[in-house]
Amino acid sequence: MTQTAAERPVNEPTPRRQRADIKARTLRTDRWWLNPALTFAALMSFLVYGFWAIFDQSYFADPYIAPFSAPCLATSCPEGARFLGLAPFGDWYTLPPGLLILGLPAGFRLTCYYYRKSYYRSFWLSPPACGVGEPHKKYSGETRFPLIMQNVHRYFFYGAILIGLILTYDAVLAFRDKDGNWGHVGLGAIILLVNAILIMAYTISCHSCRHITAGRLNHFSRHPLRYKMWTFVSKLNAKHQQLAWVSMFSVMIADLYVRLVAKGIIAFPFA
Amino acid sequence: MGYKAKFRVWRGEAGEGALEDFVVEVNEGEVVLDVIHRLQATQAPDLAVRWNCKAGKCGSCSMEINGKPRLGCMARMSTFTEEETITVTPMRTFPVIKDLVTDVSFNYEKAREIPSFTPPKGVAPGEYRMQQVDVERSQEFRKCIECFMCNNVCHVIRDHEENKQAFAGPRFLMRIAELDMHPYDVEDRQNSAQDEHGLGYCNITKCCTEVCPEHIKITDNALIPMKERVVDRRYDPLVWLGNKIFRRTKEKTPKA
Ligand code: SF4
Ligand code: SF4
Ligand code: FES
Ligand code: FES
Repeated sequence: MTQTAAERPVNEPTPRRQRADIKARTLRTDRWWLNPALTFAALMSFLVYGFWAIFDQSYFADPYIAPFSAPCLATSCPEGARFLGLAPFGDWYTLPPGLLILGLPAGFRLTCYYYRKSYYRSFWLSPPACGVGEPHKKYSGETRFPLIMQNVHRYFFYGAILIGLILTYDAVLAFRDKDGNWGHVGLGAIILLVNAILIMAYTISCHSCRHITAGRLNHFSRHPLRYKMWTFVSKLNAKHQQLAWVSMFSVMIADLYVRLVAKGIIAFPFA
Repeated sequence: MGYKAKFRVWRGEAGEGALEDFVVEVNEGEVVLDVIHRLQATQAPDLAVRWNCKAGKCGSCSMEINGKPRLGCMARMSTFTEEETITVTPMRTFPVIKDLVTDVSFNYEKAREIPSFTPPKGVAPGEYRMQQVDVERSQEFRKCIECFMCNNVCHVIRDHEENKQAFAGPRFLMRIAELDMHPYDVEDRQNSAQDEHGLGYCNITKCCTEVCPEHIKITDNALIPMKERVVDRRYDPLVWLGNKIFRRTKEKTPKA
């Protein structure tokens, strides 16, 4: 059924249909470029740091393991750094252990609805800010390859839950002293724990998670438990952007901290 | 305390025109629409502007003020400095009829392309039984006053006239999401959102959300959930397999 609208009287000439002839790319007078510029700088710093961290070898300062290299799955990992003592990747694997798992968190953030917004705006300028013309002649959005692949996001979400659990596990293990006795609380353990909590919060606030808990349902009333979870995730989801940034910086700080301890640059007693 | 403000207003018909400068009196408590009306009453009697309620509820007075889509009747003059020149232009994405008045029929055409609410066979109006929690989510979308500023700001059509065919714009993708979330709607909205209404064009950059005068979270609560529903339907092999194995009935069909 369609709504009916008044038709144009037959004898009225059709008006010429043209937009206002305004040449300026934007008439905005505020500093609209500031946000994309800051976003660009922040994302770049993350990429540069991540690239360095992957190839940096000092990722283990017993009992701390640097988040960018966890879980450590190769034989080249020191005994205590191995995840559950496992080393499914044997001697033949000589590349940095971080490369083995990096794809998961990297893919998760790359396909995240919030990060998409931020890099579409700041890297691809599509659009750089609202009401500011984009520089591209053609635009097809996420309708075709490669950007249609963004739709795999939920699979990265499943993987990210795993990574989040591993980081939490590593953070718990960090509450030991050099000889493996529990109850030792170093600054590193606290940093790792805070980071694990923020990473988990970011992961759970994901739009795909919101959809999976109950977003896909139309009858919340028939699924009270899932509706409860959805309500909780929705609350976190409203803070997804903030959590994305905070957890990005916390993981960088935690990672750097462990590496500095491992290198002996940070050496105070409660490290 | 009144002061003289500098205004630049786009004047012209059917696309051709130019920005015209005015110096005009502004009094305390006024909004941009008041000043436009003063121009009409004093210096430019033929200045065309569309308005109705002056209360931010009819959605008629959408315009662009210093390059940002805003309701003229809700844009307080006190948010500008006395020195700055305020530029007022018609919405960019739609053809101009005269001055600040645009032809927004694009939006009505898009609205008509969406099949209306379709209840299951055998359920008569009056027999619908819904819990508040089942409809709460889409009630947010009903706050829409159809100012069409979201469609105006969306770069998919604002910067690419050629996409108008394929893309319904945030206002109507939100309408599709509203119907898709409706407990009693049985029409297939997911495939058509992607194939006929251009949901895939949206790159979730949230300008629609930024300009919405009703503060509807269009992107977070309508467009992204709709994208996720399309993934269920089209791009997720596990969901597809699950539906095959468990012969899940369509969750939509209401229980008696
Ligand atoms: S979020 Fe999507 S629909 Fe909204 S303005 Fe951006 S591209 Fe357009
Ligand atoms: S969703 Fe908001 S911006 Fe879009 S037409 Fe409705 S009220 Fe206007
Ligand atoms: S992690 Fe951002 S939306 Fe999933
Ligand atoms: S005049 Fe009605 S919204 Fe401005």
